[in-house]
Amino acid sequence: MSYLKPKFHHPSLKPNKVGFIKSDYEGVISTLCAGCGHDSISGAIIQACYETSIEPHKLAKLSGIGCSSKTPTYFLSNSHGFNSVHGRMPSITTGANMANKDLIYLGVSGDGDTAAIGMGQFVHAIRRNLNMVYIVMNNGCYGLTKGQDSATADFGSISKAGSSNPYPGIDLCGLALELNATFVGRSFSGDKTQLVPMIKAAMAHPGFAFLDVISPCVTFNNNKGSTRSYSHVRAHIEETSLFDFVPHQDEITVDYDEGTVTKLELFDGSSIHLSKLAPEWDPTDRFSAVNRLHAAKSKGNVLTGLYYIDVESEDLHVKINTVDKPLNKLTQEELCPGQSQLDVINDSFR
Amino acid sequence: MKPTNIKDPEYFHKVVDCQYACPAHTPVPEYIRLIAAQKYTEAFMINWESNVFPGVLGRTCDRPCEPACRRGRVEEEPVAICRLKRVAADNKGEVKHLMPQAPFPSNGKKVALIGGGPASLTAARDLAPLGYELHLYDEWGKGGGMMRTQIPAFRLPEAVLDEEVNFVLDMGIHTHFNTFVDSMKEILDKDYDAVFVGTGAPKGRSLEIEGYEEAKDNIHIGIEFLASVAFEHKESVGKKVIVLGGGNTAMDCCRTSKRLGGKEVTVVVRSPRQDMKASPWEIEDAEREDIIIHNNMPPKRFVVENGKLKGVIFGKVRAEYDENGKRKLIPTGEPDMMIEADDVIVAIGQDNAFPWIEKDIGIEFGKWNVPVLDKVTFQSTLDKVFFGGDAAFGPENVITAVAHGHQAAVSIDLFCSGKSVNERLAPMTNLISQKMGIHEWTYDNHIESDLRYLVPHEDKNISLKDRKVEVELGFDLGIGFKEAQRCLNCDVQTVFTEDLCIECDACVDVCPTDCITFTNNGEEQDLRSRLNAPAENMTQDLYVSDTLLTTRVMIKDEDVCLHCGLCSERCPTEAWDMVKYLYNTTKTYTKNGKGDCC
Repeated sequence: MSYLKPKFHHPSLKPNKVGFIKSDYEGVISTLCAGCGHDSISGAIIQACYETSIEPHKLAKLSGIGCSSKTPTYFLSNSHGFNSVHGRMPSITTGANMANKDLIYLGVSGDGDTAAIGMGQFVHAIRRNLNMVYIVMNNGCYGLTKGQDSATADFGSISKAGSSNPYPGIDLCGLALELNATFVGRSFSGDKTQLVPMIKAAMAHPGFAFLDVISPCVTFNNNKGSTRSYSHVRAHIEETSLFDFVPHQDEITVDYDEGTVTKLELFDGSSIHLSKLAPEWDPTDRFSAVNRLHAAKSKGNVLTGLYYIDVESEDLHVKINTVDKPLNKLTQEELCPGQSQLDVINDSFR
Repeated sequence: MKPTNIKDPEYFHKVVDCQYACPAHTPVPEYIRLIAAQKYTEAFMINWESNVFPGVLGRTCDRPCEPACRRGRVEEEPVAICRLKRVAADNKGEVKHLMPQAPFPSNGKKVALIGGGPASLTAARDLAPLGYELHLYDEWGKGGGMMRTQIPAFRLPEAVLDEEVNFVLDMGIHTHFNTFVDSMKEILDKDYDAVFVGTGAPKGRSLEIEGYEEAKDNIHIGIEFLASVAFEHKESVGKKVIVLGGGNTAMDCCRTSKRLGGKEVTVVVRSPRQDMKASPWEIEDAEREDIIIHNNMPPKRFVVENGKLKGVIFGKVRAEYDENGKRKLIPTGEPDMMIEADDVIVAIGQDNAFPWIEKDIGIEFGKWNVPVLDKVTFQSTLDKVFFGGDAAFGPENVITAVAHGHQAAVSIDLFCSGKSVNERLAPMTNLISQKMGIHEWTYDNHIESDLRYLVPHEDKNISLKDRKVEVELGFDLGIGFKEAQRCLNCDVQTVFTEDLCIECDACVDVCPTDCITFTNNGEEQDLRSRLNAPAENMTQDLYVSDTLLTTRVMIKDEDVCLHCGLCSERCPTEAWDMVKYLYNTTKTYTKNGKGDCC
């Protein structure tokens, strides 16, 4: 058993703009089951952070409990991190974000952590449009407790033990759309070409960016009849569009055919390029996204790609009108301006 | 690209860079693992079977394996393979009983071996166990050839050489020492079934420029000088010595001079330093002994005063290279330089010489006076005569001579059995999975980050006083172990089985050097540009799988794979396995005589 990854890296891989090589964004070697989809998502996060030249100390990774919530140990070991109580990651992130709005918040959760014990927390983080990336590593089962059906398991999906799920699954993307989330997408752990740019776009989005990533559980939910197995997902995948993300500092080098490409400018100057759009779908129209999702589901398909984005999203700090400076950087003088100011305020109530 | 044919024995052989680069294809990682396991005797025997002179080569090999070593591509310095070989040789236990035991039942055939160097001795070792009556002729009183006459004792102690030469001679070889063969016709008349010529390149080039005639008493040919020192015919040189030439012989000559009384020993090379043929470590060793090396100075004439050599006048040049890389030495116009000398040693190259082979007996010679040979079988135009070593294609090195000896022995055996020399057996190969448990391997797959260890040297004050004191001391067991751990086990191959792959990407994510990519197939050039890490080293192959379920293919760039086995450890379906690949070149000799080695 290898506990350490060799320190050598490919000699032709160059440092990114902030001087880090890809392995600087890695964590310790994974202890999840070999072949777990979660490891691929970790890999996509590493790739996205390396390529967008994020300085590791400018990012905080937060998680709850579960296989998914173990993964922050396996990526970005130079970043801030908080492994919270089961289902409470959104609250911890809210607190951290309120105190220091300068960091990128990357929340990692699972289907149990989000759709069961943490549902109450999840929906309110959406409602408040907290500026964070919320990734659900969704495998449709409770892998850490031997693979019972989770709340997101599809109706009729066959478990490894052979039983059929009698309950309808919660569609987290559908729920997020219903709750007015400002960035909603679904991807598949086995499709990094799509997942990596989606994570980049989610990190650039000012507000709650929700990514539901189908991530097969190789040990308990990769059997025949399961709707979350590698082979089932691959056979039933349907994309809203081809997705690409162009950071604002990059020159666009790819030639896009204007007629088939939709370009969405993001708040920070970066842009999302969508090509080969699904018919009757507009990524800025929530209603069309809901329709697309239902159309795909009715065919038994897994719809991946960006569902919806609000390019004018305003996050919680805008809504509650906080000062520009992060709260944790405010000095004693700024926080407590003194008796004379208090008197002015008190006088205003008289 | 088409799926890689891993059944082709050469595919995985090429991945084992060191073994592939070795002319004799010694299974390097296999014996390095044995050294790490303190099994020095076994490590020695693997070497002995493959290269016959582990102790000699562990000190003096040209080491084509080291520049090829994968470690040099992921880090700066390759594994010190040569020094590790010496660790095995120095620490081996009793080995004689592990070798074929003479006398061997006769097969009734007689073979003459002309020359007692590494090529002839290798052929002898390979043929003796098969029952051949072998007659070995050499002009000197002992076997070993250039290993004895041209490699100084401070690099190769006589005891080491004697031991390894005797392992062969003790197999019942009929030796005819102190016998200079001066006629091939006489040998052919003696009714041998085959003749092997391993007479080396015994003719050192001389330099007959102005002043040579008057000064020739103090002008020596490099290899002749070394031979006369080795046989103790020459025991001193003048105080001021100039060595002409930039190859390994020049390095040996200058260092030998330093030990025979030379105080001011200078090496003068006409070409720039980067063009010197000497191995970098031999140049370093010479400079460590305070020998001055001048470059870009071709000799113009010998200066003679009162009928005695006074020195040499050198011109000054600079090198220019045309677009084909061809070098021209252009005079710089600087004034000539005179260097004083009591003795001059000329080490500017050596040639083949076959004055003893009659021109009319059917052996054809080509350009540079080398025999016309088949490159695989070493057979000459006279079907019963085979050549090997420096005698075959011009001066090379010991390990190349050994490789020739093996192949010539195969040809001789086929020829004497009445078979075609072209019907050679394929190399013996074997693939063995190294899996012991879910995450357990039979080899140590942890990759050490250690840098290459330096070998300790004898104190200069001691070694310069006695030409028989060995300079390099070799690794002790502790350093030997650490250096052995730097080996990446490139012979433990990553073998991919398409049918088992579920394309979960686990291998892609875990690979520390980003070797693995799953993508759509394409032409090689196109593929090389769009892998996870660009595959720019064209000398290294891409391992391409058959089409997978998603219509993609798995592509692995072999270039900087660490063979750490993490892809296999993280694979849920065992689509990746770590499989040890043993490759043994075809030889007539094997331990149990059944073509099954090790």
